[in-house]
Amino acid sequence: MIEFETVSKTYPGQSVAVADFSLVVPSHRTVVLVGSSGSGKSTLLRTVNRMVEPTSGRVLIDDEDVRERDPVALRRSIGYVLQHGGLLPHRSVLDNIATVPVLKGTPKRRARTAASELLERVGLDPKIGRRYPGQLSGGQQQRVGVARALAADPNILLMDEPFGAVDPIMRRELQEELLRLQAELHKTIVFVTHDIDEAFLLGDEVVVLREGGVIAQRGTPAEILGAPADDFVRDFVGADRAERELHITTVDGRSIAVDGTGRPVGVLAP
Amino acid sequence: MNLFLDALAWLTDPAHWTGPGGVPTRVLQHLAITFAAVTAAAILALPAGVLIGHTRKGAGLVGAIAGAARAIPTLGLLTLLGLALGIGLKAPLIALIVLAVPSVLAGAYAGVQNVDTAITGAARAIGMNPRQIVFQVEIPLAAPVLIGGLRAATLQVVATATLAAYTADFGLGRYLFSGLKSRDYAEMLAGALLVAALALLLELLFAAGQRLAAKRIAAPAHEKGAAESDSPREKEPV
Amino acid sequence: MNWLSLNWPQVIELTRDHLLLSAPALLLSVLIAVPIGRLAQQRPRIGGALLGAASLLYAIPALPLLIIIPALFGVPLRSPATMVIALTVYGVALLVRTAADAFGSVDPRVREAAVAVGHSPRSVFWRVDLPLAVPVLLAGVRVVAVSTVSLVTIGALIGVPSLGTLLTDGFQRGIPAEVATGIIATMALALLFDALLVAAGRALTPWATIRHERPLPQEETT
Repeated sequence: MIEFETVSKTYPGQSVAVADFSLVVPSHRTVVLVGSSGSGKSTLLRTVNRMVEPTSGRVLIDDEDVRERDPVALRRSIGYVLQHGGLLPHRSVLDNIATVPVLKGTPKRRARTAASELLERVGLDPKIGRRYPGQLSGGQQQRVGVARALAADPNILLMDEPFGAVDPIMRRELQEELLRLQAELHKTIVFVTHDIDEAFLLGDEVVVLREGGVIAQRGTPAEILGAPADDFVRDFVGADRAERELHITTVDGRSIAVDGTGRPVGVLAP
Repeated sequence: MNLFLDALAWLTDPAHWTGPGGVPTRVLQHLAITFAAVTAAAILALPAGVLIGHTRKGAGLVGAIAGAARAIPTLGLLTLLGLALGIGLKAPLIALIVLAVPSVLAGAYAGVQNVDTAITGAARAIGMNPRQIVFQVEIPLAAPVLIGGLRAATLQVVATATLAAYTADFGLGRYLFSGLKSRDYAEMLAGALLVAALALLLELLFAAGQRLAAKRIAAPAHEKGAAESDSPREKEPV
Repeated sequence: MNWLSLNWPQVIELTRDHLLLSAPALLLSVLIAVPIGRLAQQRPRIGGALLGAASLLYAIPALPLLIIIPALFGVPLRSPATMVIALTVYGVALLVRTAADAFGSVDPRVREAAVAVGHSPRSVFWRVDLPLAVPVLLAGVRVVAVSTVSLVTIGALIGVPSLGTLLTDGFQRGIPAEVATGIIATMALALLFDALLVAAGRALTPWATIRHERPLPQEETT
């Protein structure tokens, strides 16, 4: 469980990035922080592994203040996936995945074997383990990034716009892969994105942020889509967008879902 | 520190400041041969470097010349030319010019070659002919790097002109070699300090000149306020 | 060639002397310049002063420096130590800037990602910054290696034996073949150093040689 207790962050010489943010992320759930740039979502994420120290307030992991923990040990105990993969260009794919176990003292050979298994787990051919990140496609790099985050078997995964830099088709595949993994692994995931559709797809719970880390609304995707708290949320989730306005028409005795422009988007299951 | 006091004593001895072997004469000789060698090298190499930078043809040649020049031992060049041309000024002068050419060439080439093609393209678009582009756009923009080449060449020549005294009775290097021969450490050290001071002085002058040239180019582009207002509020990866 | 066939044992011995002067100087230069360059890159304010000082040091001509060093360090003038110190001073002066540039060339995002997954400051340096700085660093070391080998010859003027001895001896005795041998042997040694460094660079940076290839086609199993 991760708890944010009235967390504020002001960067020197700039206005407030996050003010009085409080949130509980329950264990084994995926919580998505969604907002446009300037909403402080990345800042919030980074307070969890102490890449950012809050100006005031505190962050607790299983009731323990993260400030009590050694930052290096803390970071090794949390999986972290970044937008650009953040892979080390001079290390082979296997060594990248094995980074944290090796830093923690696992023998290199054992760490590599485990890394090779992880490659399969994230849907990659173990043969690419000997290559360097520069030889992989963007999607492959992101999968390796996920594998690296899982290598030390952390309870918590922090994901900072991990699929933001790949093309839409690849992004869709990666999202499905993450859902599949999470169904098996039950990690506590904090996921940051500016893409509301991604948030609705992945989040057990979605937190919509305004400028400065103010929570505009939190709830399940259905709750937010069904009852936007205010105009900001309505606008942000695009509740008024034509493709969200579905209605049912009957064609040849089958119920067809049609969006606001009249384009059919699916068939109702019997 | 005694050694430095001896050198200081040597330097403050009025007898060493007059006549054909006096400090002022030697300094002037040193500066004269440096100036002559760098000027000759500039006349030879500047047009070639600018041309190569402008046409972007022959870049490999510049790299090869610069690399080879670094590997040639300067003392070797001096002694070989000394043997071929005999005692006198001709050998060291040729050696110094040969040593100065690669730096000047590389500076002129790199400076002109690095000018943003968008700028030269714009110059062509507003109707400048190639000659005007070279003289009114490329050379002024290349000035800092071009001066950097002259600076490197001058330093190299001042240093090597000291060695030139090995094959000719000329310049401040004379004190070093006569001191070495007579084991007069005070004279040697005094000469060494004089050369070092001269080199540092030239270096500082060139550095100031280069900064001035760079400032004239960069000043309008570096408005602080504009750069700062662009910085994002939050340090999020974009 | 006649001269060489009679004197090759001397040439070999002087080559060995030349090596023993240039290799330690090169090694010391790297060992000293890398930490200073790192400091200069991390603390630009101190760095600016350090880089300025380095470029001034480099401006001091070689022969005068050889003569000033004994007065500063108390080593005898005609000793290998004087030579190695002088060469190291030049090496460091040249390399500090390259080292600062080399560390500056490391993508800050990669460094930050390394911190985020739990590298300690020390392991960030040894496992991330240093290996990634190698390509730029090596380019600088190659320049320094070639100029160091060439500079060693100046030592012959103060009586420190090296291939430069062939230059002074050949000049004094009027034997152009001896001078030419000295020049060619020095350049060959410089080329050898350079080739060794290029080979070392290839071995140290296997990722850099393939980086420019196109990404391989997708091979996901799912």
